[in-house]
Amino acid sequence: MELCDYTATQLSTMLKNGEVSSKEITDSVFQRIDQQEKNINAYISVFREKALLQAKAADKKFSKKKQPSLLNGIPIALKDNLCTREVTTTCGSNILKNYLPPYDATAVKKAYQHGMIGIGKTNMDEFGMGSSTENSIVGPTRNPVNTEYVAGGSSGGSAAAVAAGETVLALGTDTGGSVRQPAAFCGIVGIKPTYGRVSRYGLISYASSLDQIGVLGRTVEDCAMLLQTICGPDRNDSTSADIQDNDFLSSLNNNIKGLKIGLPQEYFNTGLDGKIKSNILKAVQLLEENGADVVDISLPHADYAISAYYLIATAEASSNLARYDGVRYGLRTKNCYDDIKEMYEHTRYQGFSKEVKRRIMLGTYVLSAGHYRAYYLKAQKVRTLIKQDFDRAFKTVDIIISPVTPTLPFKLGEKASDPLEMYLMDLYTVSLNMAGLPGMSVPCGTIDGLPAGFQIIGKPFDEKTVLRTGHVYQKITGK
Amino acid sequence: MKYESVICFETHVALNTRSKLFCSCPVEYGALPNTHICPVCTGQPGVLPVLNKKAVEYGILTGLALNCSINQKSGFARKNYFYPDLPKGYQITQYESPLCENGYLEISDGNNCTLPVGIKRIHLEEDAGKMVHTLDDADSAEPSYVDYNRSGISLLEIVADHTRNPIQTLDQAHTYLTTLQQILRYIGISDCSIEKGQFRCDVNVSLRPEGSKQFGNRTEIKNMTSFKFILKAVEYEIKRQTQILVSGKQVKQETRWFDEDKKITRLLRTKEDAPDYRYFPEPDLPDILIDPDFISNIKTTVPELPDEKRNRFMDQYHLTQDEAILLTRDKDISDFFEACVPGCKDHKKLTRWIIKDLFTLLNETSQNLKDSSLSPEQFAVLINNISQGTITEKTGRSVLKEIFETGESPDALIKRKNLKSIQDSALLEKLCSQVITDNQEAAEKIRQGNTKPLNYLVGQVMKKTSGKADPGSVRRLIQDKLKAL
Repeated sequence: MELCDYTATQLSTMLKNGEVSSKEITDSVFQRIDQQEKNINAYISVFREKALLQAKAADKKFSKKKQPSLLNGIPIALKDNLCTREVTTTCGSNILKNYLPPYDATAVKKAYQHGMIGIGKTNMDEFGMGSSTENSIVGPTRNPVNTEYVAGGSSGGSAAAVAAGETVLALGTDTGGSVRQPAAFCGIVGIKPTYGRVSRYGLISYASSLDQIGVLGRTVEDCAMLLQTICGPDRNDSTSADIQDNDFLSSLNNNIKGLKIGLPQEYFNTGLDGKIKSNILKAVQLLEENGADVVDISLPHADYAISAYYLIATAEASSNLARYDGVRYGLRTKNCYDDIKEMYEHTRYQGFSKEVKRRIMLGTYVLSAGHYRAYYLKAQKVRTLIKQDFDRAFKTVDIIISPVTPTLPFKLGEKASDPLEMYLMDLYTVSLNMAGLPGMSVPCGTIDGLPAGFQIIGKPFDEKTVLRTGHVYQKITGK
Repeated sequence: MKYESVICFETHVALNTRSKLFCSCPVEYGALPNTHICPVCTGQPGVLPVLNKKAVEYGILTGLALNCSINQKSGFARKNYFYPDLPKGYQITQYESPLCENGYLEISDGNNCTLPVGIKRIHLEEDAGKMVHTLDDADSAEPSYVDYNRSGISLLEIVADHTRNPIQTLDQAHTYLTTLQQILRYIGISDCSIEKGQFRCDVNVSLRPEGSKQFGNRTEIKNMTSFKFILKAVEYEIKRQTQILVSGKQVKQETRWFDEDKKITRLLRTKEDAPDYRYFPEPDLPDILIDPDFISNIKTTVPELPDEKRNRFMDQYHLTQDEAILLTRDKDISDFFEACVPGCKDHKKLTRWIIKDLFTLLNETSQNLKDSSLSPEQFAVLINNISQGTITEKTGRSVLKEIFETGESPDALIKRKNLKSIQDSALLEKLCSQVITDNQEAAEKIRQGNTKPLNYLVGQVMKKTSGKADPGSVRRLIQDKLKAL
């Protein structure tokens, strides 16, 4: 085991005790990148020199009297839809291939302020639109567990980098499952916090009312540590919640005696792979044996979540992606134009992939006069019903456990030609984005050599209970 | 058949908040292009809007001044369209739930007849940037540029209600615009300069048979850069629509463009070509929830509005209606007047000197009273000197001119230049006698009943005294002397 394979928690202690330097950890990460990256393709860009400078600065902080942050000196990978000042941020898209943001995203800024070492920008489905990280300008990311398989998406690069030791921690973003699903596919932990918990400032929008920055790590404890570092209110994001209670570590080791777990019947029906189901139920049983109460619950509108999600997400995307017009930044094709309209058309035709164009067109249709009521407004009503389902359920239970994905990881190219089948990957994850709830994907064994995961869903802003439950499970299972 | 017109304005007013509506960039007119921009107002990827509280406050203040109800919950929406000056590809505006609704603006026709013109809604939105074309020739290969300094500046859109006491004549239209501008300046939310683009109007015009309750098809007219052009456009449009109706055809609902050179309106787009803006609620901004206390606090800051002030001036200072109207048209002037009052008892003279001499001076120098070095205290002292006869009116005018430029105190100036009027009657009598002797012919005419040359003789005496004599006394003296001869 190399330094890059340790957990952030272990490395943090080793750094504090002076057993290891941030430079050594960072070197180890880059060594792994040199060995593995050509097979995995987790990164769109890496910044070796900058990282080594940051490591040097982090090491200096240990020599001072003042105790540095827990994550000082720990490597982090950043999904390439998070703005990094003067560092290319592409969103996996041709249209932003050379885009240099003039500012750092709030979450990135906070990670850097805590002394974390930025390793690089990770691969993703273009603008977050996909569930396999196959839809990117730099080609697909492969699953480190078995490179014939996809890493999941859209934060596939972040998940693969963590799983492969090409970073220790990573930031991803989750609009419909994009942190949780790749975490499950790569056998690591991924959490999407409550909407508003982490500032979206500097997260390049896909669907504003659903987007949320999440974290990926090897253990629940690692994720808790990173999450508490990047969350909190931000005056640059009016949708960020004014909640100051961001201590996720102190209650992490509390037991789960009397914790009420709900199992939504609609999430364990025929659509779910039988082997995944049995692994999840085994995990639930373990939690039950450790003091939790398990009850069946119902989320009656679960079936409508995917349809409503793809109406709302594409509607917002059609508007959010309008700014990529070739006027101010990003791609402008070099054709000769007769007028500005032609410039727009050429640029956007060449700048966006087929999937992005599909979603822009769908969203434009959804919002157009005459369809707005039938689609957008109807979808918003469904969204309210989904929220109410959860509200009702959380009156009787503390957390909900469900699958993350209906199937195990699939092979590269397997679903690339069928967008509908790809959309169904989000079956168990989108509802949380619709309701704004926190959810975490935790690994629960392997099936035929491929990782499986389960999802822990919490009440709004109750990440603590979600993290505690996951942590208890990992302690029982010896992770 | 006779037709009556229905004229309905949509007015965009740029708020004079210090920063823009959704970012902290300063608002400054005439700055170098693209010097007041940031990631937010240039629509960089990943940025989010943060609402300027002052703009909301100004919106509410305007709503209260225009008798609107203030919605305790309102929200923003996105209006989607592509144009290079619109950096995000959508404008953040208010659509389904505006800040203020259902008000009216009372306009007066000068004959004590008033009309409460309905205001449908007032909402907040962001301004777009500005295109800068290098050549007039649109077909040329020269590039166009964009200046984003204006992008994101707070606008209030004030939409008149065509169903409640709509404007029907050009006179009313003019009064509506000037009254609206006056009120907005009074409450201090905008400078409302048309030249600077802080006050922009689109206008909807429709005709219907006189007395009809139903509305005819309307046209919306854009691109008017002055009050004069707005009225020209409305006038032209009424004529155009009348001709269509008289010939038995239907007016088409469409958007038209005012051609400044030809003073006509041209078709911009038909109803069928109207863009679909795909409005939907802005997910990046929570609803604006307004505490009733916040509204009551703003209510206490609504200043006395022009109508109330005019009536008070008539009562309190015994001014005529015309005088009061002239004094209250501009808040800077009425404030100046009231600042003079404590130091000056002769309100009539004070008023006359403001609306005549001071206005002339301001016109001649194209200056704002605020920017001049004249203080109300000095002006009051000047008027007192004139009232008490210490200086003549004529001297007063030149003193005003000088202190207006230099800011010197009138007392000091009068002393320094020895400008006191001549009170010495022996000296005046001597001068009058001399003038009569020097102008025998004229004197003779006067004595025979032709009073015309009298002014000439008075002028001669004034000349000899360098204007320091009281012309009234001189006239009397000369007349007395001629009678006595």
